[in-house]
Formats: sequence, structure tokens, C-alpha cells
Amino acid sequence: MRLRSRTADRLAGWLFVAPQLAGSAVFVFAPLCLVLWYSLHEWNVLAGSFEFVGAGNYEVLLSDPSLPSVLRATGIFSVGLVVFNLSLALLLAVLLNQRLRGLAVYRTLFFSPVVVSLVAWTIVWGFLLQSNGGVNGLLQAVGVEGPNWLRTGPTAMVSVIAVQVFKNVGLNMVLFLAALQGVPGELYEAAQLDGASAWTRFRRITVPMISPTILLTSIITVVGSLQVFAQIAVLTQGGPGTSTTVLVYYLYQQAFQFHHFGYGSTLAILLFVIVLALTLVQWRLRRKWVVHEQ
Amino acid sequence: MRMKTAFAVATAALLGLTACGADDTPKDTGPVSLRMTIWTANEAHLKLFNEIAAEYRAAHPDVTEIKFDSLPFDTYTTALTTQIAGGNQPDLAWILENSAPDFVSSGALVPLDDTLKKTPGYQFEDLGASPMKLWQSQGKLYAYPFSTSPFGVFVNNDLVKKAGRPTPAELIAAGNWTWDTALQTAAAVNAATGKAGLVVRDFDYKAWQNLASFWGGWGAQAWSTDGKTCGFDKSEMVEAMTTLHKAIFTDKALPGPGVSADFFAGDAAMTITQISRASLLKNQFGWDLVPLPQGRVGSYAVFGQAGIGVFKKGKHAAAAQEFLAFMTSPANSAKLAAYFPPPRTSQQTAETLAKTNPLLKPEQLQKVVVDGIAKGTVGPSHAGFAELSQTVRAGLDPLWQPQADVKAVLSGVCAKIAPQLAKQ
Repeated sequence: MRLRSRTADRLAGWLFVAPQLAGSAVFVFAPLCLVLWYSLHEWNVLAGSFEFVGAGNYEVLLSDPSLPSVLRATGIFSVGLVVFNLSLALLLAVLLNQRLRGLAVYRTLFFSPVVVSLVAWTIVWGFLLQSNGGVNGLLQAVGVEGPNWLRTGPTAMVSVIAVQVFKNVGLNMVLFLAALQGVPGELYEAAQLDGASAWTRFRRITVPMISPTILLTSIITVVGSLQVFAQIAVLTQGGPGTSTTVLVYYLYQQAFQFHHFGYGSTLAILLFVIVLALTLVQWRLRRKWVVHEQ
Repeated sequence: MRMKTAFAVATAALLGLTACGADDTPKDTGPVSLRMTIWTANEAHLKLFNEIAAEYRAAHPDVTEIKFDSLPFDTYTTALTTQIAGGNQPDLAWILENSAPDFVSSGALVPLDDTLKKTPGYQFEDLGASPMKLWQSQGKLYAYPFSTSPFGVFVNNDLVKKAGRPTPAELIAAGNWTWDTALQTAAAVNAATGKAGLVVRDFDYKAWQNLASFWGGWGAQAWSTDGKTCGFDKSEMVEAMTTLHKAIFTDKALPGPGVSADFFAGDAAMTITQISRASLLKNQFGWDLVPLPQGRVGSYAVFGQAGIGVFKKGKHAAAAQEFLAFMTSPANSAKLAAYFPPPRTSQQTAETLAKTNPLLKPEQLQKVVVDGIAKGTVGPSHAGFAELSQTVRAGLDPLWQPQADVKAVLSGVCAKIAPQLAKQ
């Protein structure tokens, strides 16, 4: 009797998780396995040929002359985005955590780009960043001759990072804001009585207390930064030269533009390994810099 | 146990997916629904296609639908190959000239000769050899070159006159319509009105193949006809690109990188494009269509091409071929000539083209289209064009700076594409 009820419980459990499991199987595990399978093949879409090449694509990966510059561009983009995004988000959250007039308006203002369509946002920025566009128009008004943002290597990279930061900084800001509001006020009062300066209070109380959120936002932002695609496709198409050709855009070029679906899948596996490794590293590091975690 | 179950579920899903993908055998029974991918979304073009399709369906009740699927031009080939990769290939597709070698040699397309030749009244022998060349392999035609459209120069005469310059028509009459005078006119318009001088349409400092209409005047080529030798470092190309660079950055005859200007909205004095774009003219300004200016090699012409292919793995390959034969019959070819200059020799006359091109004068059609097809060369194409084109684009990027060393940049392009050309 007891056995039967245990089986029934187990069955009920499986039934409850079944929809989620089915979704993950079809949309996550299956494509993941398929990509691994494709990466072992030379797949010519036009000719309809699909030949097993074993580790052939991985050998190509190791000797690909474009890969170092692609990884460099990906690294610069990710580091730039994470540093710029997290520090701006934290700054905005700290500022908006004060008692200010019109606080709700500011919060809405900074959060609103998050809900705007990514492509629409990027296209508008594409116009603004043209050499005769709005950004240079503003600079000209204050007597500065702006660069041709999207046409020279360094400014093109800065532009795509900035466009992405302004798009998503609101989300991290809200997460930080929620974390800041969870820090007990008496901690600050006690520190103040002990004569701690504002900077010391921020460093010794705020940062440790919101460290789980810092971990969360940094994982989300790092993973997101490695998956950037639309901004590059719309703003620079990987140029000028190959200065903004990041890994996902390179993968897209190889698979969908050059029809090397097998090699494109190999690049997808590389991306998967990088994301997994970085996430594991961050997860390990949490023991060091995340306070009050069990 | 749990792991095992999860693995079993994943495997089952995987097998299910692969099983779906494997079911792509051609079927030609029951009601037929045809789909053709195209890159135009122009209402006038679509209206004409739908009229031809409706006429075909009236005579073929088994064909329930003929759908023209407009994909964006910029990413057309990418979108098409993605559909093919997903097992969702169309029955028929437009193919751009630059990817013609890839499609023609792939084995994905049905040879069309037999169907077209046996269609009553088709007059296969009327199809010109020159327009067909790019679309043939080992004596078989793999796509029908429905459009062979020479590049011409559309002119905004109002802006040219405002700058106090003779119009291109006047320059032609005086025997002085050369790249030198054309660029002088463009620079003068920019200086006098602030509007753009000359716009190479769709180039945008990325789609470099559109520049073939310019460097053709110097006899330059991106690569040799056999596709094996790079042409960017040859003296005629260096001379052409030096002229272009000076025109952009010193004389301001062309809008610089990152500056947008639409001729058809009245923002530029001249634009190089094909006659199918005439439908964008709204008569807000006095305009003209003239041939490309004379270059160092005298008068020359460059044309773009588009073919229609039938996919072997499409569900209704036989029906698709029949529809293609109908769509490109002498009568329908004459209708399509309104926008797409046909490969039929008998229809490449100013009179035939004028009947369906009310916007253009017979003289314009004779000079730009008829003469253009006769003496022109097709724009760059190559096997593996997308990858090659991307390498060239990245290699040319440093050229679009005011201080660029033209010769060094062009030699750099050759160094970068040499391995890809050697692969052929």
C-alpha cells in the first residue's frame, strides 16, 4: 500500500515537471545534441551533402586565422560591457535609492529602454551615430567635431558597447535597487555612529550586503555579452575591417552567409564551452566575494 | 534512474526531430501549391506576378496557390539558404548574379532546357547567349535569366541646373559625358546646394560589388574572368579607385561613409542604378536616365542579372518548371520587360521595351538598356562569393578614410583574397 502511494507520488512528481522537461528536451537538449552532431560533419546546404568529418572542423577551428581577432573582439566587447554596464547600473541604483523628487519618473526613464524592441533601438542608434547624425550634431553644437563613429575600429567598438549598455542598464539598475532596499538601515546608522565615511559605508556595508545581486547581474551580463548579435548585425556588420566581428556574429557569417554549417556548429560548441567555463568560474568565486550565502 | 529517463526523453526528442528533417522526398501528387522567393516587395512588380499566376491557375485547376514570398534584398541569399537548410526550400527562387556560380554548380537546381524547349510556342532559341552564360553549366541551363538590367545614371536635372552645370544630356550631345565631367557636376551640386552629388545606390561603403559600374570605365575587374587572379592591385583598378577616393574625400562629389542620401527622395543629383528602380520616381523633380559616363576605355556598360531556378527537392519540381515556362513565355516575358529586361533577343528593342515602360523614353531605353546588354559585362560573381565578398569588404574598409594609401589598401585586398581565389 505504502509502496503504491510512493509510486503514485513519484508519478505525480514526474507529471508536474513533464511540461518543463519536454520544453527543455525539445528546445534545449535536442538542439544542443544536434549542434554537437553537426559539428562533426561537413554540411553543404546547397548541394544537400552531409559528410562525417570527425574532428575535421575542430582542426580547422584551431588553425583558423580569423579566430584570434574574433576572440579579441569578443573579449573587448564583454569586458567593456560588463564593466561599463555594472558600474553605471550600480551608480544609478545608488542615486535613485535616495529620497528625491520625481524619483518614479527617473526610475521609469532609465528602465524604459529595456522594454523597447532591440532591433528598433539599434536602428535608431544607427541613424544617431552616422557621421551627419544626431550625436555629432549635438557635439557640433558645443563646438566639438565628432568622429565617424561606426566607421573607425575603436569608435565602432565603443559605439556598440554603449548602445548595448544604454539598452540594458535599466534591468541591472532595478535588480541593484531592490538589493539596496533590502539592506537594513540600522547597519548604516551604527556605522555612522562609529564615524564611518560615506565611501567606507558603501564599501564595507553596501557592497557586501548586495554581493549576491552583484554575482547574479555579472553572470547575466557576461553571458548576455557573449551572445550579442543584433547590434553588430545592424550597426557594423562586424566592421570596419573585422574590428567588431564577435564570436556569435562570426558564427552567423560562417553558417548562414558562407554556408559552412558544420564549422558554424563547431563555433557554437566553442561558445557553449566558453560560457559554461565563465559561469563555473563565477560560481566558484562566489565563495570568496559573496557574503551571507549558506 | 532519473538520469536514464531524462536521457531517454532527450534521445526520443532528438530522433523525432531528425525524423522530421529526413522527410524531404519530392511529391507531385494532389493539389499543388507553389512558392517562389523573390527580393522585391514593390507593389507594381507583385501585381504583375500575381496577374501572371492567376492566368496560369485559371488554366491549371490542380494548382491551388502560387505564392510570391518577398525576402529582404540585403539578406536574400542568407535567408534563402537558411530555408533550404531547414528543409523548407521554395519551389522556385530568384537568384542573384553574384551567387549564381554557387547555385548553378551545386546540383540543387533542376536543368530547365528540356521543359522550356518542349513547351509549345516558347521559342527557346530566342534566348540570347550572353544573358544565359552565367546560368549554364556543362551545356545545361540551371536558372532562367529573367532580368538582365544594365546600370545607368538617373539624373535630377533640377539640382544640376541649380548648380549652373550643363545637364548630362547636354554633355552627351556635346560628346563630353565622361567620368571627369560627371564627377565635376556632382561636386558642383554638392558645393552649390549642399545636397549629395553622385550616389552609387546600395553601395553604402559595404556592398563593394556595386562599384563595378564605376571601375568598369577603367577596364578594371575584381578578379580575372577565370576567377583565379586578383584584379584589385592592377594599375587600372588603382587608377579607378584613386579617382573615386579623391572624388569622395577631396571633391565631395559623393557622400562620404556614414552619410545617407536617397536620390529618389530628391537628396542627390545623380545615382547609378538599374532601370527597375524607375518605379521609385514620383515626378517631384525633372529627371533623366543616361548611360554610364565614358571612362578611360571609352563607352562601356555593366549589368546586373537575376535568374529563376527550380529546386530539385521542392515538393512540386515538375509543376514549378511548367509554371516557369509559362511565366517566361514570349507573351509574359514582354509584360515582365516593364521592369526586368528579358533575355529574349527579339524583345531587346527600344520599341518593345517602350510599350511597357511608360516612364522611359525609347531613346533612353535604346542607349541604356539595349546598347548596355549588347556591349556590357555582368557584375562580379564567383564560387563562394559570400565569403570572398566579406573578405574584400573588410579589406577595403581602410580605403574609406581621408588619408588612405589607395595602392597599399588594394594590394592588401589581394593578399587577403588570394587563398580563397586559389581554392577554385
